[in-house]
This record gives sequence, structure tokens and C-alpha cells, in this order.
Amino acid sequence: MSDVVHPVPVTTEPRGVRFLVILLVLSLVAVLLLAPLAAVFSEALADGLPAALQALAQPDARSAIGLTLLVAVITVPLNAAVGIAAAWAIARFDFRGKAFLVTLIDLPFSVSPVVAGLALVLLFGSNSTLGGWLITHDMRIVFALPGIILATLFVTFPFVARELIPVMIEQGRAEEEAALTLGASGWRAFRTVTLPNIRWALLYGVLLCNARAMGEFGAVAVVSGKIRGETTTMPIMVEMLYNEYLATAAFSLAAALALLALVTLALKSLLEWRHADLLAATRRH
Amino acid sequence: MNIDIEDLTKSFGAQTALHPVSLTIPSGALVALLGPSGSGKTTLLRILGGLEIPSAGRVRFDGQDATGLRVQDRRAGFVFQHYALFRHMTVFENIAYGLRARPRRSRPTKAEIDRRVLRLLDLIQLPDIGPRYPSQLSGGQRQRVALARALAIDPRMLLLDEPFGALDAKVRKDLRQGLREIHDSTGLTTVFVTHDQDEAMELADVVVVMSMGRIEQVGPPVELRSRPASRFVEMFLAR
Ligand SMILES: Nc1ncnc2c1ncn2[C@@H]1O[C@H](COP(=O)(O)OP(=O)(O)OP(=O)(O)O)[C@@H](O)[C@H]1O
Ligand SMILES: [Mg+2]
Repeated sequence: MSDVVHPVPVTTEPRGVRFLVILLVLSLVAVLLLAPLAAVFSEALADGLPAALQALAQPDARSAIGLTLLVAVITVPLNAAVGIAAAWAIARFDFRGKAFLVTLIDLPFSVSPVVAGLALVLLFGSNSTLGGWLITHDMRIVFALPGIILATLFVTFPFVARELIPVMIEQGRAEEEAALTLGASGWRAFRTVTLPNIRWALLYGVLLCNARAMGEFGAVAVVSGKIRGETTTMPIMVEMLYNEYLATAAFSLAAALALLALVTLALKSLLEWRHADLLAATRRH
Repeated sequence: MNIDIEDLTKSFGAQTALHPVSLTIPSGALVALLGPSGSGKTTLLRILGGLEIPSAGRVRFDGQDATGLRVQDRRAGFVFQHYALFRHMTVFENIAYGLRARPRRSRPTKAEIDRRVLRLLDLIQLPDIGPRYPSQLSGGQRQRVALARALAIDPRMLLLDEPFGALDAKVRKDLRQGLREIHDSTGLTTVFVTHDQDEAMELADVVVVMSMGRIEQVGPPVELRSRPASRFVEMFLAR
């Protein structure tokens, strides 16, 4: 490129093309992402904020919110822990069946959630041997909280592991080994070297996992039996209210669900913004 | 510390990285492991450091069997090929890591840790870089920080894997001199891996020439030049 005399931007597309592409992306974002969100909120607030809040204060809505939060609080830490373990094993060790394990982790992405829910019903429902045994021993899985948790665990399983595996492979073992040679125990090395190195990927995986855990519909719909006020999570309650033509109630709950998602996103941005220097420093040059 | 390596072998599955090798490294020596790529230098060094478990054979430190000794208990100052500095910690925290990782009863006080880290920063002639992150250092500076971090644990030996591999010729020369000085002032038994024969010949008291998982010859540089034990050694040094 020695014959280039003027400083020219590396991208050589004419300005018009660039402008068009940007415009296209922005309008797609507006139509596909922002418009639906705005519609939900405006519909929820159609009768004013007090009406919306009152709808959320109804016992059914409150129990749905409580259940959704409970399910997220249980499943997200579990899947984070298992995801870290799986990513660690895959990134650090060579063992038989590793490729199979990687494929298996992706399974929930390729299987329809409804199928997953049905599988759980088949496995633990009263018509199966296991389910029958569990019921005679007073343990309800299907149409109860354990079933909802199992379904959510299944559906959200890949998020953390998927985020972590490439990061951990890229980082290699050297820093952990250095910590060991300096006298750190395996656990200390994990806590002080491995974990800080993966924390952003982990945070991102956990947020995605959380968003999906709170928003899952298909698998939970099948497993929960939709017992009003008992096994109805927020997404399922939204659908029930909507089918009953209770627009304000349905959209208020939907808006609350969307708000939860927005809060997690905002949290992530805030963390990234507050730790910007460290983020830049720890990134590979 | 004196290191005895007795009939050490290592295979990775079907791949044999070390055929039986035996070697005695006298206390306080500065030894180079020299050989072409894939000859087993890194594998041997990692076994000494406790990062790899040998398939057979023994390692003795000062006569005591150390074959199964945990990596944490070896007190081997290890400098990795690409330094492996903790990228989320400052230089200061990197060097202090080994001291802070000690069990409470043998852990130095905070003031003592500070003092030691500052002294090591002086030793590597980079007194002011404590607050920086590894990504803000040049390659040569990183190498020296890695050396300081390894020295901080008061090691019994120094093990360095291609310590100057990724650096330009001028920096290499300076750092070579630096390593020699640190070796002479600490008296630590030091083993470094290189595939650069000039580096081995200039720096080491004893050079171990390796090829295909075997030790071809062991001796001081002059002896290797004047009396190569095999055709391979002669050819390799003639390059
Ligand atoms: N973790 C491993 N798994 C399988 N084979 C390995 C592993 N580590 C080393 N080897 C093999 O063992 C042999 C010796 O490798 P080693 O890394 O010790 O060579 P080296 O002399 O350090 O080479 P270089 O100068 O390229 O670093 C090579 O054939 C290598 O492929
Ligand atoms: Mg090597």
C-alpha cells in the first residue's frame, strides 16, 4: 500500500452505501425490537398507571411473579455452577466422549421446549413407573414446582457453558499453572485466577440464563399443568389473562416481565461501564 | 539444590516425549536444555516443576525422592514461555501472589510483603511499574516481571521455558546478562530451555543437548564444541 498518498479509511464503501446499511439496521431494530416493547408498555398503561399496578397486585399476578422469581433464583445459580464445571472440564482436560458432551450441552438449543416438557411428563408423570412411585411417596414432580424447575434447568442449561467454553479455551492453562507453582491450592487458583478471568463471560451467560429462566413458556406450560395461582409463572399467567380478554392485566404482567429483563440488561451495562478500565486492561492486546 | 533425574520417561498416549533420560544437575549450576522443536525440553522442565507426572523414573531433590511431590510443595520458581502473568492483577499483585498464597502461619505481614515486592522490582530494575497491568508492559518488561514473581516465593530452583524466546535480539542480550547476574547473586540451581545454541553456549555452565526425547550429550560449552559425542550434536552446533 505504499502508493497510497492520502490517509484513506480502510473501508472503501461509498458513503451512501454505509448510510443505507446503518439506516436499514436501525429501522430493523426499531421495528423488531423497540416497537413491540413500546406497544406492550403503552397497552399496559392504557388505563393509567394505577390500574396497571392494581392488576399486578391481584393474588394470581402476585403469585405468578413470586413463582417466576423463585424459579430463577433456584435455576440460575445451579446452572451457573454446572456450566462452570462443564466448561472447565471441556476446556482443560482431554477425555473420551468430550465431543459428545459438547454436542449434548447444545441439545436444549435444538430440541423444542415443548418436547422437553413432554419428556418430563412422560418420565415423572403418574402414568410412568417412576412417577407412580414418586406419587405414592408423596413427591409431586409434574404439575408442581419441581417439574417447573427441571424444565427450566433443561431449557437454560447451555447458556453459561456456551459462553465460558471459548473463553476458557482461549485463555489456556498457563495462568492457573503459574498460580500452582507459586504455592496456591487448586481452589485458590480457581478463585483468584480462573474466576476473575472468566467473570465477564460468566456474567453474560448468567444474565442470558436468567432472562430465559424467567421468560420460558413452552416447556413450563406442559409441565406445570397451568394450575392457577399455584403453578402459573409470569409468561403462563400472561397467556391465560390474555385468553380471558383481560387486556390490562395481561399487558401489565407482560410489561413487568419485560421490565425484569431490561433491569438485568441495565445491570450488565452498569457493571461494564464501572469496570471499563479493568476490562480494557485484562483484554488480550 | 542438587537435582537427580533417574531414568525418567514420559508418554502422552502413543506419543513418547521422553525416552529414559538420566541427568544430574549440581547445586547452583546454570543449565541449558538445548534441542530442536519437539525434543522434549519443555516436558522435562515441567516434570521438574511438578506440572507433569512422569510415566516412569525418579526425580530427587538433594537426594530426597521428589517424584510425587505436589507442585505447590516444590518451591520451583517457574517462568513460562509466554510469561503467564495474571492479566487481571497489577504487576505488584502478580509478584505478591505467591507470598499471599502461603498458609496463614508462614505468610509474611503486609508490610513485609510490600517490602519484598519493592525489593524485587528494584532487582529487575523496574522500580516504578508496580501499579501497571501486564498488558501495559513491553515483552522484555513482562519477562522480568515473570522472573520477579518466580523469585518472590524464595524458590529452591529456577525453571525457565524459553525465557527470551519472544523477544528481539537486543533485549535478549540484555536479559541474558540479567539472568546471569540474578543466578550469580542468588546461587539458585537454574534450568532454562532454549533452542538457540548461542544463548545456551554463552549463558550456561552446563549444556544438555536433547533430540527426540533423548539426551545426546551433557557438558560445558567448550567441551561440546571440542568433543561432540555424536553426529547429531556436531551437526546441531554447526548450524
Ligand atoms: N500435552 C501433550 N499431549 C500430547 N503430546 C504432547 C504433549 N506435550 C508434549 N507432547 C509431545 O511431546 C513431544 C515433546 O514435546 P515438548 O513440548 O517437550 O518439546 P520441546 O522440546 O519443548 O519443543 P519446542 O522447542 O517446540 O517447545 C512432542 O512430540 C510433543 O508433541
Ligand atoms: Mg517447549
